[in-house]
Amino acid sequence: MSQEQSFTLDGQPVSFEDGQSIMVAARAAGIYIPHLCFNPEFKAHGSCRVCLTKVNGRIQASCATPAAAGQTVESETEELRDIRCGILQMMFVEGNHICPACEKSGACQLQAVAYYVGMLEPHYPHFYPRRTVDASHPDAVIDFNRCILCELCVRASRDVDGKNVFAVHGRGIHAHLVINTPSGRLGATTFSITDKAAQVCPTGTILIKHRGYESPIGRRLYDRQPVDVAGDVAQVPESQGGRRHD
Amino acid sequence: MNIAETVAEPEKLRRVVIEPLSRVEGHGKVTLLLDEEYHIRQARLHIVEFRGFEKFIQGRPYWEVPIIVQRLCGICPVSHHLAAGKAVDQLVGVDELPPTAEKIRRLLHLGQTLQSHAVHFFHLASPDFLFDYDDRVAHRNVVGVIADHPEIARRGVLLRKYGQEVIRVVAGKRVHGIATVPGGVNKALTVAERDYLLTDLDQMIEWGRDVIKRMRQAFEKNPGYFTDFATIRSHYLSLIRADGALDLYHGGLRAKNRRGGLIFDHLDYQRYEQVLREQVKPWSYMKFPFINSLGPEQGWYRVGPLARINNCDFIPTPLAEQERRDFMAMGRGQLIHVTLAYHWTRMIELLYAAEAIKELLHDPDLLGSELAAPLGPLAQEGIGVVEAPRGTLFHHYRINEDGLIEKANLIVSTTNNNQAMNESIRQVAERYLNGKELTEPLLNQIEVAVRAYDPCLSCATHALGQMPLVVELVEEASGTVVDCLVRDADGTIRNAEFPRVLEPGLA
Repeated sequence: MSQEQSFTLDGQPVSFEDGQSIMVAARAAGIYIPHLCFNPEFKAHGSCRVCLTKVNGRIQASCATPAAAGQTVESETEELRDIRCGILQMMFVEGNHICPACEKSGACQLQAVAYYVGMLEPHYPHFYPRRTVDASHPDAVIDFNRCILCELCVRASRDVDGKNVFAVHGRGIHAHLVINTPSGRLGATTFSITDKAAQVCPTGTILIKHRGYESPIGRRLYDRQPVDVAGDVAQVPESQGGRRHD
Repeated sequence: MNIAETVAEPEKLRRVVIEPLSRVEGHGKVTLLLDEEYHIRQARLHIVEFRGFEKFIQGRPYWEVPIIVQRLCGICPVSHHLAAGKAVDQLVGVDELPPTAEKIRRLLHLGQTLQSHAVHFFHLASPDFLFDYDDRVAHRNVVGVIADHPEIARRGVLLRKYGQEVIRVVAGKRVHGIATVPGGVNKALTVAERDYLLTDLDQMIEWGRDVIKRMRQAFEKNPGYFTDFATIRSHYLSLIRADGALDLYHGGLRAKNRRGGLIFDHLDYQRYEQVLREQVKPWSYMKFPFINSLGPEQGWYRVGPLARINNCDFIPTPLAEQERRDFMAMGRGQLIHVTLAYHWTRMIELLYAAEAIKELLHDPDLLGSELAAPLGPLAQEGIGVVEAPRGTLFHHYRINEDGLIEKANLIVSTTNNNQAMNESIRQVAERYLNGKELTEPLLNQIEVAVRAYDPCLSCATHALGQMPLVVELVEEASGTVVDCLVRDADGTIRNAEFPRVLEPGLA
């Protein structure tokens, strides 16, 4: 039996097991580190960079950094909050995130994390990219305007559903979510709203058709509790305002 | 009337502009063209902002529309929310809502009517009644009302607050909340919420009665001015309940002509396009609707409180009905065309809204649990109509087979009054300004006329695709216009400096 190992996170000792990342160990200890592309059911992706922490003085993504004994990890510092805020601001201006009209407003993890880090305005000029809405599927809509390229739907569809419906095409600023069919339309796939891929989106990109705004303002997931208390939208059952199917 | 909407040689006349129009919602201006002897030859109300909602909701899922379009307005978003919600009901094949859902929507609408009427009269229009038209500009506003008539100002604030609280309780926020979902609503009232709203309601009803009494006294004190000022004889359009009662949420369309005869009655609003048409004029972003059978010259009409009170057979709440009878008695059996009576009828409706809220709050259906009807097969077109505070509001959507908006047409309340407002300012210009050297107090008379209609200019600017547009490229440092593109009313795009016609799509 291995000896208990620990590191410090903002001065607090956090124990971990071999192979755990800083993020996973922190979650097990009940400590919240803001994140979007991380989902404990999937292998760490390290793409959104929101979970950046300072590990022994070096900034690293906590979801992709293995925990090690004696590490000194900083998370809730002004410097890191500013960096996270800047990353979120860039996400907001790169897409078209019209929160006032979005069905997921109040239950959107992107919005909730932005509130958590104290983002009050977009700061950067909006790109206003021209993106489309794919409503060709009978039960679901993909609004590409809201995609932040976390690839959770890509991973869920490929690794859990075994359907490989989604992919990311292009590089850098040209990277964008695509549907893996010759037509590029969701309606041409075997995607189902009961798929894991339909339950993991942290934004309002994947929506159930003909439904919306059923949770009154004040009772939506993140109206009731901030994201560090309420948790990830993908982990909360649908009956409680999240996306997870019971 | 000698003042024209369009004169032959405008370049020879002097131009006086009232911009911005004050104490109205949105941005507009009035232009007057005068000859050398101060005779006004042309008068127009221009709407100079452009919103574009009809265009940018294209391609969006239909169930988002009630949430998006309410952003048209910060004063009457509930009307847009509900009109779009009713259109969405049509799209999802729901003809009848569960009683709880319909009554919650009605409560929301009444709360909005109360707050909107309160904000217009007390905050915006009351200086027109409480102070002379030539009162100091710095004093002729709500701050002046607070200073000189603090109790009236306080009542205005609290009446509005009450209406806003009704909206907040139902829709979660005072402005831009969310209540409607396809086929219903997303919440009912709790007992605690109902009891909270009942707390101050009797006081609101009492204040509603009092303001009508004051209104009557103002009219009786200066009858000639009130009955003549900006008054025009018009047709009237509104929704009407099946039994002829005033109904702000649902009903058939009734249009009365100037003499009180029916042009059409209890017309299913799904057929509105058969009876109403819209005309676009190159000098305004606001369309000019008219009754099709009468044509654009004769078919313009008025909507809003005056139209509704003229049109209805009765008001289904006792105190407001008594006030309606007393008001209509002024016309001795005829319609009342007095433009300033818009304010009076607006306050009758404020009283009605307060009384109707009370009736609804005592209805156990408001606490029910059946919030939405089962959805039916998807339809391609949906039309929703309500009586917004400023008049009849039409929302018409067409969707494709995937459920995305293909086309939208909004005839917003104020748009219906476009021609009437222009007629009223011409009347005022001719009667009060013509031949006089124009001063600020005289120009204020024009604004008093426009303000009577409680126009919401920001709601009403949707003449997309047909109005002329000018796009100027300005060098930031020097302010020099580097380039200028003009799209004419016929859709031709040209460069203003180099008059070459560009290929469509190049601009």
